[in-house]
Amino acid sequence: MKTQTAKRPAAPPRRPPAKLWQLRLYVAGQSLRSRTALANLKAICESHLPGQYSILVIDLLKQPQLAKGDQILAVPTVVRQLPKPVRILIGTLSNTDCALVGLDLRAAG
Amino acid sequence: MTKKRPIIPPAPRSALLPKCPTGIQGLDEITGGGLPRSRPTLVCGGAGCGKTLLAAEFLVRGAVQFHEPGVLMAFEETAGELNANVASLGFDLAGLVRRKKILVDYVHIEPGEIQESGDYDLEGLFVRINHAIDSIGAKRVVLDTLEALFSGLRNEAILRAELRRLFRWLKAKGVTAVITAERGREQLTRHGLEEYVSDCVILLDHRVNDQIATRHMRVVKYRGAMHGTNEFPFLIGENGLSVLPITSLALNHQVSNERIATGIPRLDAMLGGRGFFRGSSILLTGTPGTGKTIISANFAHAAARRGERVLFFSFEESPNQIIRNLHSIGLHLEPLVKRGLLRFHSARPSLYGLEMHLATMFKEIAEFQPHVVIVDPITSLMDAGTDSECKGMITRLIDYLKGGQVTTLFTSLTQGGHVLAQSEAAMSSLMDSWILLQDFQGNGERNRVLYVLKARGMAHSNQVREFLISDRGIDVVDAYIGTSGVLTGSARAAQESLEKAAVLASQQEAAQLEREVERKHAALERQIAAMRSDYETEAAELRRIADQVGTRTIVLGTDRAASGRLRQADIKAPTSPQVSPRNRKLPA
Repeated sequence: MKTQTAKRPAAPPRRPPAKLWQLRLYVAGQSLRSRTALANLKAICESHLPGQYSILVIDLLKQPQLAKGDQILAVPTVVRQLPKPVRILIGTLSNTDCALVGLDLRAAG
Repeated sequence: MTKKRPIIPPAPRSALLPKCPTGIQGLDEITGGGLPRSRPTLVCGGAGCGKTLLAAEFLVRGAVQFHEPGVLMAFEETAGELNANVASLGFDLAGLVRRKKILVDYVHIEPGEIQESGDYDLEGLFVRINHAIDSIGAKRVVLDTLEALFSGLRNEAILRAELRRLFRWLKAKGVTAVITAERGREQLTRHGLEEYVSDCVILLDHRVNDQIATRHMRVVKYRGAMHGTNEFPFLIGENGLSVLPITSLALNHQVSNERIATGIPRLDAMLGGRGFFRGSSILLTGTPGTGKTIISANFAHAAARRGERVLFFSFEESPNQIIRNLHSIGLHLEPLVKRGLLRFHSARPSLYGLEMHLATMFKEIAEFQPHVVIVDPITSLMDAGTDSECKGMITRLIDYLKGGQVTTLFTSLTQGGHVLAQSEAAMSSLMDSWILLQDFQGNGERNRVLYVLKARGMAHSNQVREFLISDRGIDVVDAYIGTSGVLTGSARAAQESLEKAAVLASQQEAAQLEREVERKHAALERQIAAMRSDYETEAAELRRIADQVGTRTIVLGTDRAASGRLRQADIKAPTSPQVSPRNRKLPA
């Protein structure tokens, strides 16, 4: 994780600064896995996209009908709504390398 | 020391594994009532065996026939594709979806699209299935094809654990589930799903024999229930799947005592005088050119003339060709076709597989509701399958037709030389009557003979008859049986003219004797007449003489008196009275 933060200065010039990242996190209940995923996602966003992201947490146990829209099978799932194209990342995001590839935050490197 | 052994009470009906009827023709028969209720069933098979159709029919029939709503989780096909696919089987999936009887949820998985990081589970899928079930109160669930998950998710350990949990969860949820899976190389499914679904496993198979593809179904496993373990052919027709469970057919048809004429009076006479039983199956065997089609067409013609509907399956000739050919022997079939009493169905045997032929025939029969069905010839169909398949098919067909009291005539082509082929001997056990046509060769000609080999339930002739085909139709005549065997054709004709000559000769002799008698009688009459005229002549002569004698006596007396007076002598008066000669009677 530390190695990734070193790349932070290189990232901003690549992206237009006004761009807002819209992320959705699908979970099923407030399990340990759900909490871990949210914490990991927040940490990644804070370190890579400070101030230009929003996270919407959707609990499928409360809103099961929303699972269909984003074709959710596994939880936790992160769906990158914006910027396009839509990207899907599943898991607790404990493996940051994979998470960054999944969210397309490492492509610059 | 007789200890009373404890009797194990039979399990009450309710304690048996509850079954969930599929409504699929034949499948409920081989599973003894359907799939295990509230348990998952695995349907596996290679590409194009009809897994999805089986699953979809299970849902549709559940919703329509058993009022059990169903959920279809489609992993491979979109709702639109599914609608189109099952519509080809006559199911209105879209309509059922609108009426909330079925819910189709398309689960899209794009291989390689999903990145993974860290731990996860498939709770999202569970939530979706659960939501779908609860929203329409589903009792049936289909997951088609669950293995698509393996292409989307890379962590197989998680996937397997979650699948195990999914099946347990489905059971706990109380839904009857059908899970489809691709056939694997060494195991039943590519990803070993059979490990998780252990209650019922159905294997579908689509294989090609002699260039003809046939689908088969086998219940590999059915925990806690009796089931047919054989491999059953099944087909996908216009009304969905139908499994053909030959071995489970029962023999309990209604029988009829009604008899129907064959259209050939002499043949009726050979069959106890009144023809075949209604609803019986008849086999007409013969070598090429012995007149099988003609006899069957005669039968068809006679039935249609009585106002019965006749369905003629022809696997050799086109309808027009049959009509034209039979025209030449004085059978006019086209008016019967026009009146809707006779229908032809022609198809090349190699057009499709045996099951498809059977399905087509069933469909035609169900549509036309015939009284008489003719299959000409059944042997052509044998090329479309193996012997056992064919026998199974014929059993199925006969069973179906007997159930509907339809009289069926099968013709069977035997190869020259060997009269009874093996397959026919096997087939004959299914038949109630068997008529054999044969040709006799000799004296430089070939003649047709016919005899009744068997006719169940009626006294029938044991005679060999010759039958002639002329432009006036079929004529069955007695064949002569002489010292040198059966005489047919010109030999029979020669024998006939010999007999005719003999009859003529004796007739002539009798006439001559008659004439002789007449002549003698006439001679006698003549003699009598001559004698009578002789006598008449003689009698007349005698009378004349007698008259003369009388006259002379009177004259003598008178003369004597006169001479006495002349001589003055006293004359004694005559003492005897005078009798007139006319009054004297002559002896007859």
